[in-house]
Amino acid sequence: MGDLAWIFISAMVVNNFTLAYFLGLCPFMGVSGKIYTALRMGAANIFVLTVASVCAWFLDTFVLPYAPFLKLISFILVIASAVQITEMTIKKLSPALFRALGIYLPLITTNCAILFMAWVQANRGYSFLQGLAFAWGAGAGLTLALVLMASIREDLEFVKLPAIARGNAIVFIIAGILSLAFMGFAGLFTS
Amino acid sequence: MPRQTTPGQDLTRGIWRENPVLIQMLGLCPALAVTNTVVNSIAMGLATFFVLLCSSILVSTFRKLIPSEVRISTYILIIATFVTIADMTLEAVVPEVHKALGAFIALIVVNCMILGRQEAFASKNTVPRAIIDAVGTGIGFIIALLMMGSIREILGYGTFLGFPIFGSNYEPWIVFILPPGGFFTIGFILLALNWWERRKLERARAGEPPAGAAVERAA
Amino acid sequence: MSGAGDGNGGSRVLPQAAPQREEVPSWRLLVTLGSTGAIAGLLLVFVYQATQPAIQAYRAMVLRQAVQEVLKGPERWDTLYVVDGGLVQELPAETDPAGLEMVFLGYHEDGQPIGFAITGGEFGFQDIIDLIFGYDPGTKTVTGMKVLANKETPGLGDKIEKDSVFVAEFDGSETPLVGVKSGRATGAANEVDMITGATISSRAVIAIINHRLELLGPMIAAYLEEAN
Repeated sequence: MGDLAWIFISAMVVNNFTLAYFLGLCPFMGVSGKIYTALRMGAANIFVLTVASVCAWFLDTFVLPYAPFLKLISFILVIASAVQITEMTIKKLSPALFRALGIYLPLITTNCAILFMAWVQANRGYSFLQGLAFAWGAGAGLTLALVLMASIREDLEFVKLPAIARGNAIVFIIAGILSLAFMGFAGLFTS
Repeated sequence: MPRQTTPGQDLTRGIWRENPVLIQMLGLCPALAVTNTVVNSIAMGLATFFVLLCSSILVSTFRKLIPSEVRISTYILIIATFVTIADMTLEAVVPEVHKALGAFIALIVVNCMILGRQEAFASKNTVPRAIIDAVGTGIGFIIALLMMGSIREILGYGTFLGFPIFGSNYEPWIVFILPPGGFFTIGFILLALNWWERRKLERARAGEPPAGAAVERAA
Repeated sequence: MSGAGDGNGGSRVLPQAAPQREEVPSWRLLVTLGSTGAIAGLLLVFVYQATQPAIQAYRAMVLRQAVQEVLKGPERWDTLYVVDGGLVQELPAETDPAGLEMVFLGYHEDGQPIGFAITGGEFGFQDIIDLIFGYDPGTKTVTGMKVLANKETPGLGDKIEKDSVFVAEFDGSETPLVGVKSGRATGAANEVDMITGATISSRAVIAIINHRLELLGPMIAAYLEEAN
């Protein structure tokens, strides 16, 4: 159990996907304007990460030992199709949930965080449960970074910024400060 | 009405005016994650360049055969193939660099810059033009990575390509080779670009010559 | 010059609506994807075959150097597998060696065993630290330590790999190891001076070695007893 908690917390804060590995920066820059949108984006991320983790574990355990060179191709294709199928199923079964996650699902499929999670999970030889802990930790971390950024950006609207800092420049510098803050989590787990 | 571009414009467009990283904000993940040294930046830049060039050639060669319904999947298949080739070749030829770049080589697949060029250009143009476009965009990507890598290595290690440049009294700013340094570096590069753009605009408005003005305006 | 292009440089990845055209039969979609996949697969098999020898040779070389370093230049060594809580040299039939834990038993020129090279990995300051160390079961001492992979802070935590003074601390230390802050050493044979400013990384290295020996020490003793 302790092992699973480690994997979760490590992926969530110590090695936060966005602030330490620069993954999922496109949504980070794009949809971190409003807290509500950021939350829904985060939820959709966690969902896709879960699907991807299960698919990657299945492929890595049963298929890839026979054809290691197909790892990247099979990961990206299977994850993309699995997300597409789940998306269609949700649309049919729960239109409300579909509206909530809606447009974010297809966007996330090509998000580098998903592929990175699957790739690292396979390289480290995680078991099924460890993979899930890793995926949820990563998803929680992405959501945390998105929501933190969104809350700062909502306040940023009332600040008089110098003209040259408007737009992406200030977002990157704020992200740098957040990333510095997250470095404080290093050393959380030691024997 | 579609605007016709010359091969020269195809080439230079990606290098500066529509630089994939600094202007279009594409391919940010590798541009920030592996640029803590110049060597890593060059390796990542070249690997991406290789994948972009090969995919563009292939996509543009078969552009009339690929039905638009499955074009994205086909592009991803093609890109993933070349990324796997780059991954295995790097591991066989330069294992140390491969170890330093790690999982970020695999992530070239989801570099939106590459898929973007296939969708926006290679799938609609002849092979020679697709090659020119890929070379321009690829060089633009390498330039952006080199800028990041140089700033971060010089400040963070006090070296350039491993050679010390400040002497032994220099205390390196380690933060620049850590993740926050990546965010700060690109943030400050964007600030500088914004400042430069605005100055150019103001000068144009004031009727001054845009570049090479001998007298700085006293502020 | 072809007039096909519109030089639509700046557009983003978002799939644009495909222009209206006649329906493409689904067999063509399948054929396109299938043939792309087949060509991709063939190409990859070819490159895989071509690059595998170099990749394997490099991995073997890294391992060889590491074992040489921590066992101080053994003449040769055997690979032992951990199976069902014991060490075996010959795997039972139909056991896949992939995924099994391995230790390496090194010998002097005269055939006398030097000790075991053991790998291990645990969470350090930032992420997992992977290392290999040599262990002499006769004297219960560590013969050498080498960090194989770490993501510790450059200039501080990564000294566990690069600081030769710290690395040399492990040569000949008695187990179980105890980490001491610099200046507090009493001279005991099991003390390892930790790096100032990188206590957590240093402590992690020491813990990895101790934990591995807690697990493998009894197996090693049992194996040597059986061999005699």
